[in-house]
Amino acid sequence: MQKLSSTLTNMILSLTIISIFMAVALGFVYEKTKDPIAKGQQAKITNAIAEVLPAFDNDPTKEMTRIEGEDLIVYKATKGGEWVGSAVKTYSTKGFSGNIVLMVGFLPDGTINNISVVEQKETPGLGTKMKEPKFKDQFKNKNPESYKITVKKDGGDVDAITASTISSRAFCDAVNRAFEAFKKGGAQ
Amino acid sequence: MSAFKEFTKGFVKENPLFVLVLGTCPSLAVTTSAINGLGMGMATTFVLTMSNILIAMLKNFIPDKVRIPAFIVIIATFVTIVDLVMKAFVPDLYNALGVFIPLIVVNCIILGRAEAFAQKNNVYTSLLDGLGMGLGFTLAIFVMGSIREILGNGSIFDIKFVSQEASTILIFIMPPGAFLTFGYLMLLMNKLKAKFN
Repeated sequence: MQKLSSTLTNMILSLTIISIFMAVALGFVYEKTKDPIAKGQQAKITNAIAEVLPAFDNDPTKEMTRIEGEDLIVYKATKGGEWVGSAVKTYSTKGFSGNIVLMVGFLPDGTINNISVVEQKETPGLGTKMKEPKFKDQFKNKNPESYKITVKKDGGDVDAITASTISSRAFCDAVNRAFEAFKKGGAQ
Repeated sequence: MSAFKEFTKGFVKENPLFVLVLGTCPSLAVTTSAINGLGMGMATTFVLTMSNILIAMLKNFIPDKVRIPAFIVIIATFVTIVDLVMKAFVPDLYNALGVFIPLIVVNCIILGRAEAFAQKNNVYTSLLDGLGMGLGFTLAIFVMGSIREILGNGSIFDIKFVSQEASTILIFIMPPGAFLTFGYLMLLMNKLKAKFN
């Protein structure tokens, strides 16, 4: 077949046909991946809730209170009808690169049970250490009423990650925001 | 040139990263770990191979004056497919690579191969060219990612071989480390090439 010459009709025709075919292909892939993507995001939230709270037997995603929009949500967990704790999905915009999203589990008295990192884009090998027990576990069993959640450099009680003070500060910021949300929406 | 040579030229002789020096932006940015390098390389290889095949098939149907927009539409489609598929099935890797997946669209390797190779050759050799170039690129950024992860984080594929307390050469994880690694690997490649010639 001879190569099409660059006349106006040829050019329009060729580009239009290519675009239509590509659009159809994309639509097909989008339909195929839509459900797995939604499921994956849902699973991430439910896994994080299960990780940060003591055993519960309700579905916390059905008993959630939005404190402000999509990013600050309190999930209430009960066992046998009794309130065992609340998980708070919280965020900080002060990360080194991009937002940090955490799931913080509080016991009814406000003590932190555990923390799970849902989303972060910090520097690999530096800020990403927030996911490691060495940093994360110092929040366990601490009550933000008495334990000052700011890094030691700023006069608080938290040991920052070496060479990642900004990421550590953002982490504390998110935890404090979670505690505020818990006081507002978690205690009913 | 034989078909085998079309396939292997991307590994050393015309390695896209170290010899043609194309696609350096994603290479420097995402190679903070071996798995990131591998993931980025595989995504690029897929897009490169598929776009090479399709462009070689359509080369007579695309008039010369609109070839660049046509190529971009084709490449962007494959990139979006990779983007959606990775988001659905490997979300962790997808999050790690972030904005660099959509940016494969403007990776010079892909448009470069379409322009310099696929539109002048048949489907079969274009496929070999795309696969070879893609794997050569994958190998290059995988090696870069491994070196940076080993030196900077004391781990490989997220398996730590030093204790959590041990201090590693952090600079290799940070942007300057990318340039250092890139420079030394390029030196090594040039030495190797000089030896073979």
